[in-house]
Amino acid sequence: MTETNSSKSPSLATAPIPGQAPSSTEELNTHLRKDYEHGFTTDVESDTLPPGLNEDVIRHISRMKNEPDFLLEWRLDAYRHWLTQRAPNWAKLNIDPIDYQAISYYSAPKTEKDGPKSLDEVDPKLLETYEKLGIPLAERAALAGVAVDAVFDSVSVATTFKDKLAKEGIIFCSFSEAVQKHPELIKRYLGSVVPTTDNYFASLNSAVFTDGSFVFIPKGVRCPMELSTYFRINAANTGQFERTLIIAEAGSYVSYLEGCTAPQRDENQLHAAVVELIALEDSEIKYSTVQNWYPGDENGVGGIYNFVTKRGDCRGDHSKISWTQVETGSAITWKYPSCLLRGDNSIGEFHSIAVTNHHQQADTGTKMIHLGKNTRSTIVSKGISAGQAQNIYRGLVHMGKNASASRNHTRCDSLLMGDRCGAHTYPYMEVKNPSARVEHEATTSRIGEDQLFYCRQRGISEEDAVSMIVNGFCKEVFRELPMEFAVEAQNLLALSLEGSIG
Amino acid sequence: MLKINNLHVRVGEKTILNGIDLAVKPGEVHAIMGPNGSGKSTLSHVLAGREGYEVIEGEVLYQGNNLLDLSPEARAHAGLFLGFQYPVEIPGVNNMYFLKAAINARRVVQGRNELDAFDFIQMAKTKAKLVGLDESLLQRSVNEGFSGGEKKRNEIFQMAVLEPILAILDETDSGLDIDALRIVAEGVNALRDPERSVILVTHYQRLLDYIVPDYVHVLSEGRIVRSGGRELALTLEEKGYGWLKEKSPHIAPAGPGA
Ligand SMILES: Nc1ncnc2c1ncn2[C@@H]1O[C@H](COP(=O)(O)OP(=O)(O)OP(=O)(O)O)[C@@H](O)[C@H]1O
Ligand SMILES: [Mg+2]
Repeated sequence: MTETNSSKSPSLATAPIPGQAPSSTEELNTHLRKDYEHGFTTDVESDTLPPGLNEDVIRHISRMKNEPDFLLEWRLDAYRHWLTQRAPNWAKLNIDPIDYQAISYYSAPKTEKDGPKSLDEVDPKLLETYEKLGIPLAERAALAGVAVDAVFDSVSVATTFKDKLAKEGIIFCSFSEAVQKHPELIKRYLGSVVPTTDNYFASLNSAVFTDGSFVFIPKGVRCPMELSTYFRINAANTGQFERTLIIAEAGSYVSYLEGCTAPQRDENQLHAAVVELIALEDSEIKYSTVQNWYPGDENGVGGIYNFVTKRGDCRGDHSKISWTQVETGSAITWKYPSCLLRGDNSIGEFHSIAVTNHHQQADTGTKMIHLGKNTRSTIVSKGISAGQAQNIYRGLVHMGKNASASRNHTRCDSLLMGDRCGAHTYPYMEVKNPSARVEHEATTSRIGEDQLFYCRQRGISEEDAVSMIVNGFCKEVFRELPMEFAVEAQNLLALSLEGSIG
Repeated sequence: MLKINNLHVRVGEKTILNGIDLAVKPGEVHAIMGPNGSGKSTLSHVLAGREGYEVIEGEVLYQGNNLLDLSPEARAHAGLFLGFQYPVEIPGVNNMYFLKAAINARRVVQGRNELDAFDFIQMAKTKAKLVGLDESLLQRSVNEGFSGGEKKRNEIFQMAVLEPILAILDETDSGLDIDALRIVAEGVNALRDPERSVILVTHYQRLLDYIVPDYVHVLSEGRIVRSGGRELALTLEEKGYGWLKEKSPHIAPAGPGA
């Protein structure tokens, strides 16, 4: 579906100017294309449980996945706890009640045989979006849902990749596979950071999760590549209750990239993932996310609810966990990637860009729980709101009794585009140790008409000016992303905000 | 080059320009002086295409075309440059990156190929030297944290890089120390060219010692109440603006109207 919403195009900004042909027509076209481009949707597959949630459903999931008993028991515990809980109610989010009995909790892994057979069958608009985002040619087909084998030999790509990792003793596989092959690791670490009783959505996830990713980096190993490409191609359909577990043993390092700049649509409205990171002594985990789920249309209809629990445990001394996220999608985002700084001298970082446009709502931030001595944390949050969207930063910095000489520095910047959107900052601080230091800085600015005019006076088009100003605003966070991904993320930002001024 | 005929401009309910007539030929330098609030910046903004101003009467021809029909960027592409009275800060956007985007936007429109990073940097460094801009400012965010004088110098630097056909400099001299004033003036003089025109908005005759104008105009209450040669500026310096009002309170043929 193409919607040309000419009514929204600002009078001067994109009016074609004689003699400015190539760039401005292109500009105009992309401007008109700004609606979320989801390409195709496939029909619901057959092998799906009827909607509803009870213990039998959980037993069924566990049986279908051939899980060991301890895991079934663990799921059931989580479920029983969940039953005693109420859905959280946040002042700043408007959420329609979710009917958990209306959701189907299991569908067989997709075979993709109903998908397009080749790129020729894919909506050209979707391909254009990929191109604009700078996604490598080889990956576009997979993302567009083309049966991968028909296009290139993903199996061999994955195999070479896995061989290389296996040589280092690295385990990187789907969560289900890890349950089969490494049950002892699962048993030892699953739920050790986010317990089944942690929060409403974490309990639900623990009860019904279907799949996700598992990473194990053995002692002293530096993972030789970003764990990203593989993930992008192979784990596109992990479902709405995703479970990820990453373990970095002493002295190891891994950089993990979740998600994808390409627009992702999913018929499941509710997404409640759980991610657990465990960093042992002297190890480092870098976790980057780009989230671009369907945000709903301009009137706020449809769109994904993204309620994620992400937590990293700096369990060992001198360990480090850093979260970097670029959030542009979802109708509602609720997530606080957090760090438990338990080891002495451990470091937690959170770098975030959250963009909300139209009617999107984001309530995101982090928790830095300083427990060990001389621990340090840095929080950099960049919130951008446009349209009628609401963007909330909510962060907790806790300095425990024993967190002597620990430090936190928080910086929250909000950028508003237009005057119907909002930005709110809620920093919470708990300081139980007198030698700990917490610093908080916050700014709110508006993309000014004066900035835009300044750029345009120098010959830079309005769209380019907006993207330049926004990227300038987010620079510190982009710097944290893996190189090639930073470029995609910048394009994504521009794309999400197209047409929001004027 | 530029011809302004009977220009009336309103902001909201308030009429700010009350019938401006001005003709600028290629190669000429015109100085516009006048009391605070007389409409000098408004005129500059209208010429550059800023939104929020309503032209209620009159026209502006630039190189024979109707200037007011063009978007701000199209005017820039056509060689119009405005040195801002209050240059704007753009945090996080590298000064060089910004200027490169600006110059290439214009080159693309002109059908020329874009300058690559190497050529651009060479050129920019030469221009920075020309206007005495500290090279370290090139790598900072556009105007962010620049001192008042540095901002003004940066405007002149941008002008030197963009090589406009018509440069409107709105009080580029205010905030500059004496040495900077001279250096900036030299920069402007170096760009003087039979094909390039300059409109200098200034409060100080001193600038005109360095950049000698062909004409001086006095703007008061949205109208040009007096035009003359360079000596007019000297008279103004001596007597202020008051005598103009006493001697010729009604130069325009009819009252301004509501
Ligand atoms: N957006 C606006 N809304 C209302 N009044 C405005 C607006 N812009 C300008 N004005 C008014 O128009 C008049 C002319 O302003 P302008 O900035 O053009 O003066 P100026 O000659 O440049 O003065 P200065 O020498 O102080 O720079 C002033 O009275 C100013 O308050
Ligand atoms: Mg002024």
